[in-house]
Amino acid sequence: MYIKYKKPVAITAWASVAGKKEGEGPLADKFDERVADDYFGQQTWEKAETELQGRCIGHLLHKKGISAEDINVAFGGDLTNQITSTSFTMRRFAFPFVGLYNACSTMAEALLVAGCAIDGGFADNALALASSHFCTAERQFRTPLDYGGKRTPTAQWTVTGCGSMLLERVGHSAFIVAAQVGRVVDLGVTDANNMGAAMAPAAANTIRNFLLASGTKADDYDAIYTGDLGQVGSRLLWQLLEKENIVLTNHIDCGNVIFAENQNVQSGASGCGCGATVLAADILPKIQNGQLDNILFVATGALLSPSTTMQGESIPCIAHLVNIKSKKEIQQ
Amino acid sequence: MRTNKKQYSKMVKNSSPKSHILRNCIWAFFVGGTICFVGEVLIKVYTAYFNFSVGDARQLASITLVGMSALLTAVGWYNRIARRAGAGTLVPITGFANAVVSPAIEFKAEGFVTGVACKMFIIAGPVIVYGTLASVIYGAVLFVKARYGI
Repeated sequence: MYIKYKKPVAITAWASVAGKKEGEGPLADKFDERVADDYFGQQTWEKAETELQGRCIGHLLHKKGISAEDINVAFGGDLTNQITSTSFTMRRFAFPFVGLYNACSTMAEALLVAGCAIDGGFADNALALASSHFCTAERQFRTPLDYGGKRTPTAQWTVTGCGSMLLERVGHSAFIVAAQVGRVVDLGVTDANNMGAAMAPAAANTIRNFLLASGTKADDYDAIYTGDLGQVGSRLLWQLLEKENIVLTNHIDCGNVIFAENQNVQSGASGCGCGATVLAADILPKIQNGQLDNILFVATGALLSPSTTMQGESIPCIAHLVNIKSKKEIQQ
Repeated sequence: MRTNKKQYSKMVKNSSPKSHILRNCIWAFFVGGTICFVGEVLIKVYTAYFNFSVGDARQLASITLVGMSALLTAVGWYNRIARRAGAGTLVPITGFANAVVSPAIEFKAEGFVTGVACKMFIIAGPVIVYGTLASVIYGAVLFVKARYGI
């Protein structure tokens, strides 16, 4: 489904908090907070992720100079079962809350839905957030952290990080103008250690459908960001789109920018927090200061569970897209 | 989309980097070999300095290696070595110890009964189940052979 918002929805503030490994990567100076202790001073990893989100929301409210009561509604999610990290954060802040889960595509999903709430006139502002934590994801989807397993070259590293954004009717820096609700796509990948390959077809499908619906070409955008395809998934995305006669020359995957090559993350980064932190720490500031004017943010999610993987099911995936423009671009 | 599952499966195969088999084997050979060497040294030490029989010394060497593996897992070093060593740390008895200790540590937050005790064998469990089953079958075969003099 293609969404063209009646009026551009403004993203008026954003914040990002990242863990230790992310804080040692190329985007280190751009996060609002880097936390060396991945426990975030808590007793369990799940509490750590909730604290991570809490700090991120704290930074957002502080930057905007508003209090929690001023938030009309919040849309967000994470990767833990029953999205408990986000729900527990909402227990603390008590915003009116819509919990979302589309795996790692949750950031784009939250922006898309929050945009609808504001554009539809139902809210004056809306908070969108997504997070992931390496340790909560690893112990839920894979093996215990101290287990001595060898990672395959196609594996990706779940980002410990949270990105949050405030959407309002009026703003000055970045605007969501359009969006594409993704379809669930499954081209038969069963290897849960090759998420990029599983998700690339969903990204290709959403990008193609958006370009068709909006009547634009890939080159019309300064950059097309995908959430967490990593190196393998990115290569496959280019190949899939080439077959649809779409040549990507401006593609950047958030999973390939958050860690440096020597950080030993195999095919790149993944997780809701990957796209969310890169958007908040790198992309939105670039739109604000005029380095980027018109971008697509396409976050991809692998909709699997440990049970479905063990039962030999292939991995259904989804990609949601938002088109974000600068103030200059809006005024033209 | 113009790509079907069959075509895509071929694309995935071509685009996914393969594991470095030779490099992994060399790492596994030397790390695995080192662990076995330590085991041999322990057997010599237990027999020469503590007067244990060779049989007892072998048991004690295994127990010592398991203890060392558990300790290294607890301080978070084991998985760092294993990340490179692969099968070198997985195949010897140390790998089994790591497979039991790592979930035990991990699930401590869920309690000593529902966490540690329940989850302790999530990785090692299959080895115990099928190891026991195999030994039962082996025992039955031996029994039949002895009984009927085959």
